[in-house]
Amino acid sequence: MSLITPDFGLLFWMLIIFGVVFFLLAKFGFPLITGMVEKRNEHIRESLRAAEQARLNLENLAAEQQKLIEQTRVEQGRMIKEAADTRAAMLAEAREQAGAEAAKVMEKARAQIEAEKNDAIREIRSQLSTLSVAVAEKVVRKEMEDSEARKALLETLIDEATQLPVN
Amino acid sequence: MRGKRIVTLFLAILALLLPKPVSATEEGESLDMQHYLFGHIADAHEWHITEINGREISIPLPCIVFDGGLKVFMSNRMEENGYALDADGKIVNSTTGKRPLDISITKNVCGLLIDSLLLVVLILLCARWYRRHDVLKEAPTGIAGLLEPVIVTIENDVIKDAVGPEYRKFSPYLLTAFFFILINNLMGIVPFFPGGANITGNIAVTMGLALCTFLTVNIFGNRHYWKEIFWPDVPVFLKAIPIMPLIEIIGMFTKPFSLMVRLFANILAGHIMLLSTIAVIFLTVKLGPVINGSLTLISVLFGIFLDVLEMLVAFIQAYVFTMLSSVFIGLAHPQHHAETSKTN
Repeated sequence: MSLITPDFGLLFWMLIIFGVVFFLLAKFGFPLITGMVEKRNEHIRESLRAAEQARLNLENLAAEQQKLIEQTRVEQGRMIKEAADTRAAMLAEAREQAGAEAAKVMEKARAQIEAEKNDAIREIRSQLSTLSVAVAEKVVRKEMEDSEARKALLETLIDEATQLPVN
Repeated sequence: MRGKRIVTLFLAILALLLPKPVSATEEGESLDMQHYLFGHIADAHEWHITEINGREISIPLPCIVFDGGLKVFMSNRMEENGYALDADGKIVNSTTGKRPLDISITKNVCGLLIDSLLLVVLILLCARWYRRHDVLKEAPTGIAGLLEPVIVTIENDVIKDAVGPEYRKFSPYLLTAFFFILINNLMGIVPFFPGGANITGNIAVTMGLALCTFLTVNIFGNRHYWKEIFWPDVPVFLKAIPIMPLIEIIGMFTKPFSLMVRLFANILAGHIMLLSTIAVIFLTVKLGPVINGSLTLISVLFGIFLDVLEMLVAFIQAYVFTMLSSVFIGLAHPQHHAETSKTN
């Protein structure tokens, strides 16, 4: 039966036609198409990789930023604390200095008071002596005739009187 | 509701057609199934298109014979050149009654030429798109958008998986085979002129394809492949009396043979099923208008189903041929399989 016996002429033409089709498509058709598709796939893969890289970079950047902020905050805290300490120290020092100054002023005042007191005593004493002299003069004038012994006694008395407060 | 109305309309149209077959039965000409079927599925020296009022409309095709020298004539001038057709439709010399060496452009050759031209134009148009556009910036459009997914699917899912790492060398052949079979299958379903030739349902065509796969497998097979044929890893007594080598050598031929028969039988069967379904309309004319009408409805619906099925089969058979060819080529490059099996 002709249905299942291959016909030579048809086989002959089939091989020629298929050969020509194969040649044309294998030379100008499929390699170009599959090559281009492969190129695009490669490009897509590359782009995905680049995007992933960019995402990682961004993430790193964010982390770094966070770290920087954290560091700054710590630094800030430290600086505030330092400033407070310095202020306290300065205050304490100032207080101390003021105290010392005050003490010095007090000392000075005390010394001055002492000196002035001494001056006053000295003045009192000198006035007293002048007064005594005047008294003595008067006494002398009144009692020229009084004995020398009485004058000496008077002198001694005055001396004793002025000597007491000095100590 | 709407579906019901369409069915009613369809039946009404069929009813209009009914009176005619009654008169046809009176003419009393029954359908010659043998002639009807073979006229469609067999090869021929002319391309019969249709018959209008008893007049045959057909395209004459060139006949080329070697009969004591090359002779070329058109098929409608056969008688004048001293040749005739025998019962099988082959050219015989009218005087000697012998068949000359015949390489005529038959209906199938003509169909092959048309389909191949169409295929080459389609693929080269697709390739031209890639040459003229930057693939990194544009998505494929038009013919490239249509063909690219198919090409990529076949290459990645069939060829790459089955052939293995050296698939690039074989993918042009396998893709060509796939599209060649696909376009011939699809054109075979088209019922009018440029299509309708039973090309891939002809054993010579499938034999040509199987021969190409056979040659590809055996020319490019590596030494492991030949070692497994002539000295396989089996006990020595199986190779001393060459039982295994004999089986392997038979296997070399049965693989492409199965490819040839599978494609041929599937497409031929599809054509015969479709033709038989349509024949029901003409064969039941004698049974009266009611039976004829209802069977016509059934055969038209079943014909639509079969046509859609054949489109599926057209793709599946092209796919299967390509996949099995890939597997056979992959089996002829077994160094990876051999190495892994040794380490296990």
